[in-house]
Amino acid sequence: MAGSDWAVELEDVHLTLVSAAGPVNVLRGIDLAVAPGESVAVVGPSGSGKTSTLLVAAGLERATEGRVAVAGCDLGAMTEDELAMLRRERVGIVFQSFHLMATMTALENVAVPLELAGRRDALDRARACLEAVGLGDRTGHYPGQLSGGEQQRVAIARAFGPAPAAIFADEPTGNLDGKTGRRALDALFGLAADGGTTLVLVTHDTDLAARCARQVRIEDGRIVDNAG
Amino acid sequence: MWTMPADPALAWRLARREMRGGLAGFRIFLACIAIGVAAIAAVHSVSMAVQTGIARDARALHGGDLAVRTTYVPADAAARSDFASLGRVSEVVEMRAMARAGGGAALVELKAVDGAYPLAGALRLSGGMTLADALAGGGAVVEPLLLERLGLAVGDRIEIGDGSFAIRALLDREPDRAVGLFSFGPRFMVDMEGLRRTGLVQPGSLIRYKYRIALDEPGRTIAEHRRLAHEYADRGWRVTGIGSAAPGLRQTIRRLTLFMTLVGLAASIIGGIGVANAVRAHLASRRPAIATLGCLGATPRLIGLTFGFQIAVMTMLAILIGLAVGAAAPFLFVGLLETYLPVDPALGLYPGPLLLAAAFGALTSAVFALPPLAAAARRPPVALFRDVEAAGGERAGLAAVLASAGLAALLAGLAVATAPDRVLALWFVAGTLAAYGIFFAAAVATVRLARRLKSAGPGALRRALAALARPGGETGGLLLSLGFGVTVLVAVASVEEGLSRQLSREIPADAPTHFFIDIQPGQAERFDAVIAETPGAVLDRRTPHLRARIASIDGVPAAEAQVPEDARWAIRGERGLTWSAEPPEGAEIVAGRWWPADYRGPPLVSFDANLAHAFGLRPGDRIAFNILGRTVEAEIANLRRIAWRTLRMQFTTIFAPGALERAPQTYIATVRAPLEAETGLTAAMAAALPNVSAIRVKDALAAVTELIGQMGIAIRLVAAVGLAAGLAVLAGAIAAGRRRRQRDAVVFKVLGATRSDLVRSYLLEFAMLGGVAALLGCLLGLAAGYVLLERVMDIAWTAPVATAATTALAAIAVTALFGFLGTWRLLGQPAAPALREP
Repeated sequence: MAGSDWAVELEDVHLTLVSAAGPVNVLRGIDLAVAPGESVAVVGPSGSGKTSTLLVAAGLERATEGRVAVAGCDLGAMTEDELAMLRRERVGIVFQSFHLMATMTALENVAVPLELAGRRDALDRARACLEAVGLGDRTGHYPGQLSGGEQQRVAIARAFGPAPAAIFADEPTGNLDGKTGRRALDALFGLAADGGTTLVLVTHDTDLAARCARQVRIEDGRIVDNAG
Repeated sequence: MWTMPADPALAWRLARREMRGGLAGFRIFLACIAIGVAAIAAVHSVSMAVQTGIARDARALHGGDLAVRTTYVPADAAARSDFASLGRVSEVVEMRAMARAGGGAALVELKAVDGAYPLAGALRLSGGMTLADALAGGGAVVEPLLLERLGLAVGDRIEIGDGSFAIRALLDREPDRAVGLFSFGPRFMVDMEGLRRTGLVQPGSLIRYKYRIALDEPGRTIAEHRRLAHEYADRGWRVTGIGSAAPGLRQTIRRLTLFMTLVGLAASIIGGIGVANAVRAHLASRRPAIATLGCLGATPRLIGLTFGFQIAVMTMLAILIGLAVGAAAPFLFVGLLETYLPVDPALGLYPGPLLLAAAFGALTSAVFALPPLAAAARRPPVALFRDVEAAGGERAGLAAVLASAGLAALLAGLAVATAPDRVLALWFVAGTLAAYGIFFAAAVATVRLARRLKSAGPGALRRALAALARPGGETGGLLLSLGFGVTVLVAVASVEEGLSRQLSREIPADAPTHFFIDIQPGQAERFDAVIAETPGAVLDRRTPHLRARIASIDGVPAAEAQVPEDARWAIRGERGLTWSAEPPEGAEIVAGRWWPADYRGPPLVSFDANLAHAFGLRPGDRIAFNILGRTVEAEIANLRRIAWRTLRMQFTTIFAPGALERAPQTYIATVRAPLEAETGLTAAMAAALPNVSAIRVKDALAAVTELIGQMGIAIRLVAAVGLAAGLAVLAGAIAAGRRRRQRDAVVFKVLGATRSDLVRSYLLEFAMLGGVAALLGCLLGLAAGYVLLERVMDIAWTAPVATAATTALAAIAVTALFGFLGTWRLLGQPAAPALREP
């Protein structure tokens, strides 16, 4: 398969962070390629480099070494502003603690990346996305008025709003109990399947990992199992 | 590849949604900007109201459209008919005189008026009597102070010179009295016949004749002003138009406005630190939102724009609050102003001062908000996942720092450009920058020192030092705000104390107690005899006295000479001069030589060294004086340094014998008399020589002291504003650290610390911080006071130790108290909820 055909591609990616105690080699040569529409769970023990892999792939952290490409774009060659524009149009991110804007309604939260991308139909599209996650009747609610599960579904709707090529999710059910977590995941996988969106999930949750097409195991900054 | 939709509309939308969170976090911000804006708007609005009042009443204050003033000799018939051809003329004669009644005597400002007085404005008497009725047939009207001094009432009689007058009414309002912001005695007004009866009009007596003209054709004011000035220039007459009404008052108002503006600016700068702290705290609380926006694809520019809009809206709100307070100030203080000023302020809204204050507010906000804003916008979105702050936090980029510096330069430029005294304003700016640098360095040093010491000492002290040393702590902001506040307070106190000490307490023991003026040449012996007959009184010095104005400086007519602003007083009007064979006691000749005691030759003068420097004169150069219409040119023989502080009789110009002996002149004398002899001396002199006026040095000083005291009220008011700004900043900085303290307190409690452990370490922390700020603020304030007194005002400086110490202790106590109040509530809260926070 040619490089540009992968939705997400990491080639020999190293990440070294400088801390007070000296440099730390967080990633030590990650090779990972995810096909369009594929879902991949990144698993491994705490501190193994799962979240760092996700951050590098989403363009939030620059690799110290190696090549990172998303939707055919080489992230290493892009400026910070270009990375920001890539995120608003081609990449969705779902956080463990939701990170909704407390001062914005559910609808406004979902509309943010669409507005950033300059779409005139931002609010209509946002409303459609909220309906797709089963929150069509909660558009005017503020995050504080929603349950944890509902908040995470708003966050998922926000990530899917611009119809991105890839969604990166960091422990999306980490702050939710089993049942609400499952409802959120249903929304996540349902939307991904409908749009043919690539999913990269970091998780400790074996049930969640099992729902993905492939599991990648990271230990000590290296991929030790890429078969799953 | 990716386009950049720079979208202010989107930023504005996001900003509006962000602001739904409420204004709670912005209270300190609002206070900091509003206080500075209010101070500057108030000072300038009041100043404008007074100046407009002067302009509105200028004709009344001036007495007419044009005025011609002569000294010693009245205008001749030809000149009078010249004046009369222009319109209505009113003649006023003014001199100092002694008023006597029942064994007591008091100096008065005698004023004789004709039937046409006043040409402009209205005179008001108590009891509603008309002036003509009051003065007719030997009547007089006086200011209440005179009756108070002599223990009299309306209806009693007072003697002046050879005349006796019945006090018919009290003078409520004299329309043309603005000139005397302070004067030596109360007004005593009579008619021309009354003046003749006093017999005080004698050659050489210091008498001013004023001819006020209300022009028939007001359009010709400028042309006639020029013509008269030219026509009578060689006689030394002074011609003025309404543009120069109340010049002294205007000058005073301008100076006071400048001084208070600088204090207001200082308040703004202190407030600016609060602005920076508040913006930083607000953006810190919005960190997750900012990082989330970044994750969702917002560029740093868009984020900066979004929160920039928020700050701009808050700034506008704060400016509006400040302007409302400032614009109301003239209305609030109108009572105070009317008590102290001879004019009624013209109440109204003045857009100029408000615009200026708004500009200062907007610039201050921009200068101080920009760096933390730019820093927050640059915060990488990855911060949502990782604690970036631990790695040193984000800093503003070079562009933002330069932009902030540029705006600061603009702010300084505006302050200097709008100041009437640019040099002083420039010094203020330089001083502010220096103080900023010093406090910044002190903050860095304090943090370093605390870091080095923090492992020593008992637990509470260790915790306090550790808190001071914490990276990203509030040490810097607190030091700056508190230190600046103390600096302003101590500097203002230094100046005030210096002034009042100069004027009241430190009168040299051998200083004269009385000045006597208008001693006629034939009265010298009698005068000396009265002094000799008064037990305890000693004649200090008696010297000839003439009035003259400088006609030309080294051949250049005085009107055309290039003279610096601070020396213009010397060429503006008439000054006293004398002649002497001997140099005055203690004279310090700095250039040239004193003439031989038996000198007979071409006119020579000894001149004041400072003025000579301002005029560019050296020994050998020539200077000409107009003495009663006659021009006398003399060569400068030597320059003297004059010690004005000694309170002795001082003359800028002393002629050598030979030139002035035959000019009409009087003597003036200084006398020392013990307190118990004072009343007897003045009464005896008034009885023996009724035309000789006595001025008590104490009264003269009291007049000046009172004036300074009135200014002090205004200055203290504005200094209080600076203090308020400092306290707002202090409260803000402590509030900003609350969250961290809360978390730390919880951990300490979990680890077994009691409330009193925590209180002790908080109190220590804030007391140490207050101590450093107070110490530095005191030192800088004393230095600023020294420069202002010694260099600007030429007044001896001594350290105001008590004030400085009180201010410092108060600063420490207030800091500790604020810190304690800000944290006390945290201590009672249970630990569990804070621990469950993510």
